Amino acid sequence: MARSVIPFGPQHPVLPEPLHLTLTVEDEIVKEALPKLGYVHRGLEKLTEIRDHNQMIQIVERVCGICSCMHAQCYCQGIEELMNIQVPSRAEYLRVIWAEMHRIHSHLLWLGLFADAFGFESLFMQIWRIRERVMDLQEATAGNRVIVSVNCVGGVRRDISAENQKWILDTMKTMEKELLQLKSTIMDDFTVKKRTVGIGVLSKEKAYELGAAGPTLRGSGIAQDMRQTGYAAYSELDFEPIVETDGDCYARNLVRFNETLQAIDLIRQAFAKLPDSELAVKPKGLPNGEVVARVEQPRGEVLYYLKATGKKYLDRVRIRTPTFANIPPLLEMLPGCDLADVPVLILTIDPCISCTER
Amino acid sequence: MKDCVVVISEDNTPEIAPDKIITQTRVLKDEGFRFVTMSSADLGDSVCVLYHFDKDLQLVNLKVDVPKGTKIPSIASVYACAVLIENEIKEHFGVEFDGLPLDFQGMLYLDEEVQKTPFCKIGITRV
Repeated sequence: MARSVIPFGPQHPVLPEPLHLTLTVEDEIVKEALPKLGYVHRGLEKLTEIRDHNQMIQIVERVCGICSCMHAQCYCQGIEELMNIQVPSRAEYLRVIWAEMHRIHSHLLWLGLFADAFGFESLFMQIWRIRERVMDLQEATAGNRVIVSVNCVGGVRRDISAENQKWILDTMKTMEKELLQLKSTIMDDFTVKKRTVGIGVLSKEKAYELGAAGPTLRGSGIAQDMRQTGYAAYSELDFEPIVETDGDCYARNLVRFNETLQAIDLIRQAFAKLPDSELAVKPKGLPNGEVVARVEQPRGEVLYYLKATGKKYLDRVRIRTPTFANIPPLLEMLPGCDLADVPVLILTIDPCISCTER
Repeated sequence: MKDCVVVISEDNTPEIAPDKIITQTRVLKDEGFRFVTMSSADLGDSVCVLYHFDKDLQLVNLKVDVPKGTKIPSIASVYACAVLIENEIKEHFGVEFDGLPLDFQGMLYLDEEVQKTPFCKIGITRV
């Protein structure tokens, strides 16, 4: 049978963001996949030439809407290290709380889109309905549903009032109950399993060798999560990475679903231990030196390389996002799969093309 | 904070010659390190390329100074996943990688009509 070349994207019903794959198929089996990027490249890293290190926080928050506050958190951690700033303890805990709410919102967004990718529209709508609760919390506590602008160099810009704390904890309880009600549908439904079990298997060795990050890595049996390093207040919380070993789409589903439940638990732990202190320290001077900072975003490990020379503008802000790291594993998974499984495989790495292209 | 924030210094980021990068990368791979990414910065007459590797959350960096207009070997033969970032650095800083298995010809993100490397203060025009 002759080979055909099929363009997938950049516009496609399952793709939330533009990505082009040139698929070479034979008898509807994918033989080769080549990516083409650049549809949402905004050159945000270059803006450091005309934005000072405080203004760059607003730029990095807008690299992506689904890991917005964690971009800012990673950037601020790097700058704080260069300026020898010790962030107050309450700010560390608040950063954890907002980061975990962001993780919940991101994983539920993905879970809904994933269900939609194999035609389970009612599940997609159920999950996004649950997700609306955490969007309301983000809007009430941070002022915006999507771009959670709470981090600043030296701490956080806002506090969470006692009234909002109670609301968040009540909402977490409701969301946990609703997610557990959906668990059997997400995990045990025959159709879901048929479309995910044994699909897109990425072995442990390949996942490690290809530099996979986040649930793509942990779904293949490697227990690596940047939160284990104990940044922010994670060292004070009871946390172990969620790991599955099968390396298929179903395993990555399980990892993300269980991480959502774990995020709810981490928020409860953080509130239980939330100390009283100021929210931020006022930085003095300008950053000087080079630093590499990493945090765990919903998609995996993000890396920021910052170079400063004591001037108003930083020399370099380099961002390596987890989706960028997960594209080589995706290109490894695609050959050998059915054409009908391509949308499922693309979504299984939880792609964020805005993050990838910056 | 164990290796989630690392200040770059001569102690933890050894500088190596461009022709030694493949050997050093192979040593790190044999020791069980995974490839994280590469970073680059314009130094005027040269481009500084940093290689970041990770094992058990410990970050290890290597630094290579690449004079503008010269080539550096691609490490894609050791870590296949490096091909994307090498293309990005080629596109943004004009660094040529010898032996790049998949070359986007400077059009990974940018259009064909963009002829100059956007990040260098002294730009390199694409031929």
